[in-house]
Amino acid sequence: MEKILEVKDLKVSFQVYGGEVQAVRGINFDLYKGETLAVVGESGSGKSVLNQTIMKLIPMPPGKITGGQILFHGQDIVKKTDKEMEKIRGKEISMIFQDPMTSLNPTMKVGHQIMEVLLKHQNMKSQQAKERAIELLRLVGIPMPEKRVNQYPHEFSGGMRQRAMIAIALAANPSLLIADEPTTALDVTIQAQILELMKDLQKKMDTSIIFITHDLGVVANVADRVAVMYAGQIVEIGTVDEIFYDPRHPYTWGLLASMPSLDSDHKSELAAIPGTPPDLTNPPKGDAFAARNQYAMAIDFEEEPPMFQISETHFAKTWLLHPDAPKVEPPEAVKRKMRKLSSTFDKPVLVKEGK
Amino acid sequence: MEDKLLEIKHLKQYFNIGRPNQVKAVDDVSFDIYRGETLGLVGESGCGKSTTGRTIIRLYDATSGQVLFNGENVHGKKSNSELKKFNRKMQMIFQDPYASLNPRMTVADIIAEGIDIHGLAKGKKERMERVYELLETVGLNKEHANRYPHEFSGGQRQRIGIARALAVEPEFIIADEPISALDVSIQAQVVNLMKKLQREKGLTYLFIAHDLSMVKYISDRIGVMYFGKLVELAPADDLYKNAMHPYTKSLLSAIPLPDPESERTRRRILYDPASHHYGENEKVEMREIAPGHLVYCSENEFEQYKTQYKK
Repeated sequence: MEKILEVKDLKVSFQVYGGEVQAVRGINFDLYKGETLAVVGESGSGKSVLNQTIMKLIPMPPGKITGGQILFHGQDIVKKTDKEMEKIRGKEISMIFQDPMTSLNPTMKVGHQIMEVLLKHQNMKSQQAKERAIELLRLVGIPMPEKRVNQYPHEFSGGMRQRAMIAIALAANPSLLIADEPTTALDVTIQAQILELMKDLQKKMDTSIIFITHDLGVVANVADRVAVMYAGQIVEIGTVDEIFYDPRHPYTWGLLASMPSLDSDHKSELAAIPGTPPDLTNPPKGDAFAARNQYAMAIDFEEEPPMFQISETHFAKTWLLHPDAPKVEPPEAVKRKMRKLSSTFDKPVLVKEGK
Repeated sequence: MEDKLLEIKHLKQYFNIGRPNQVKAVDDVSFDIYRGETLGLVGESGCGKSTTGRTIIRLYDATSGQVLFNGENVHGKKSNSELKKFNRKMQMIFQDPYASLNPRMTVADIIAEGIDIHGLAKGKKERMERVYELLETVGLNKEHANRYPHEFSGGQRQRIGIARALAVEPEFIIADEPISALDVSIQAQVVNLMKKLQREKGLTYLFIAHDLSMVKYISDRIGVMYFGKLVELAPADDLYKNAMHPYTKSLLSAIPLPDPESERTRRRILYDPASHHYGENEKVEMREIAPGHLVYCSENEFEQYKTQYKK
């Protein structure tokens, strides 16, 4: 499969009063054509910063890319100037935001906001662009697009606005779409419609999607692969089945166990992850999750764990996979869903640094 | 039958009455809440679930209908002392822990505000002791008392909100989307805390939310609202196993589950309000199709649902 994006040892930090916040601390991943990678993690885990960095949308200063590469179609985005980025944003990579009300311009007709992209990137004539805008609105399932194209965002409902946002994002046929919590502000029924729409459009256009969310139900629905982020690092990455049916990192266990499932007994207590995420101005020594981790060992407080490879596609960053580590049992709620996957290696393999 | 703490009878809350933009936010809703239980209220945004909560606690004056708390009507003319009595017994926890705490007050003053108003502490020392005790109950500590809300994370602020509600020793708490603004890992902490407090203090909750899996987890019974009407009310497990109203079915079929396999095979059910084909004179109301399981339906549907209902 064709790789469209390679992120290599990316580090991003922000200069703030009181020090330097290391928001992204050495991230590696690849994205293939036509796949959906879900990025999960709690607020402050760096998932939004990671994706804004790929778009080069972080304000610099105070933000700064302190190391690493972002190869998009083989070209390093980190080195691009603002002028060069303008040609990529909206055309090659586009973004859908969480709140459709604040990310649409309230003083511009919806049709014009779609046409803007077409006029800039596709060199269309205004009449032609308008026809295409109507077509795009129809594509995203907005009824009566001929009328809707001349309306303002406030005349649209929340779900309709998000559809209009998707139409804008897809107007120039981007090869990468970054969706930052696109359904969090929506109701479940509307959320289901938007997710169906996104999957449908992905099939038609063969777009790759990075989908940021904290809802594991949504992840299970849309993702091909999942990256779990904690304190600015990817702690586990694998196919959606590997993450849900064979998770290896205690933080992933914690996330899975803290969600009530519909068949769970409501007399039992939810397995909450105690404490709060660490302060990234002074990232803790060793494993950043150690302080909240009931399985933490002495080494977790001393030395940062390396990546271990569990299968061709599955990686986890925890000392528990080391051959000398004691065998531990994941929480009950996770164990119930565990199953043996055929692709798993006999033994976790240590990944050499700098992969 | 169990002891009814709250009876809501034909509650209506209309806005902009008589004007073209009249909204029937809550339209003839009746239900009871039993002492010590958690009633979950779900529905999409704009269905009137928050308005129902706010009308019950008298943040809005009801257009018509009754809210009986321990047999006494909450609405209607009241003297200040009577109002105070109700305010003490009913408290609310809000959705947004950032907006619902006064940024200029210390945590101690926020929590003690109710204690001061109701004169529940004799002297400064007792007041502070109460505050410390409440902070500990919700999993914070003494040192937090003199800080300001901005120094806390979302989960901690929600705990302060809970401590404030508990300060006046209420019997009944309305929690309006108390966990929606929190992270997954923190949501579980707050829900566990609410369950623990319920066990220890015998509290009764009205839990308003749109996250159905969390509602199912915390609630004993669940009410489903659609466009200002209560369409189904049933024990939590029963609602999930035996959803009868087509809107409930469509809502349940839309929840994404954290299980890739079931997601791949999921079929969403669509709800079309026109599918009922109610006749002009047909009486549509809440009917009990099984003990404790009420559905908003017509006479014909009632017979149909009863045969469909599985034990």
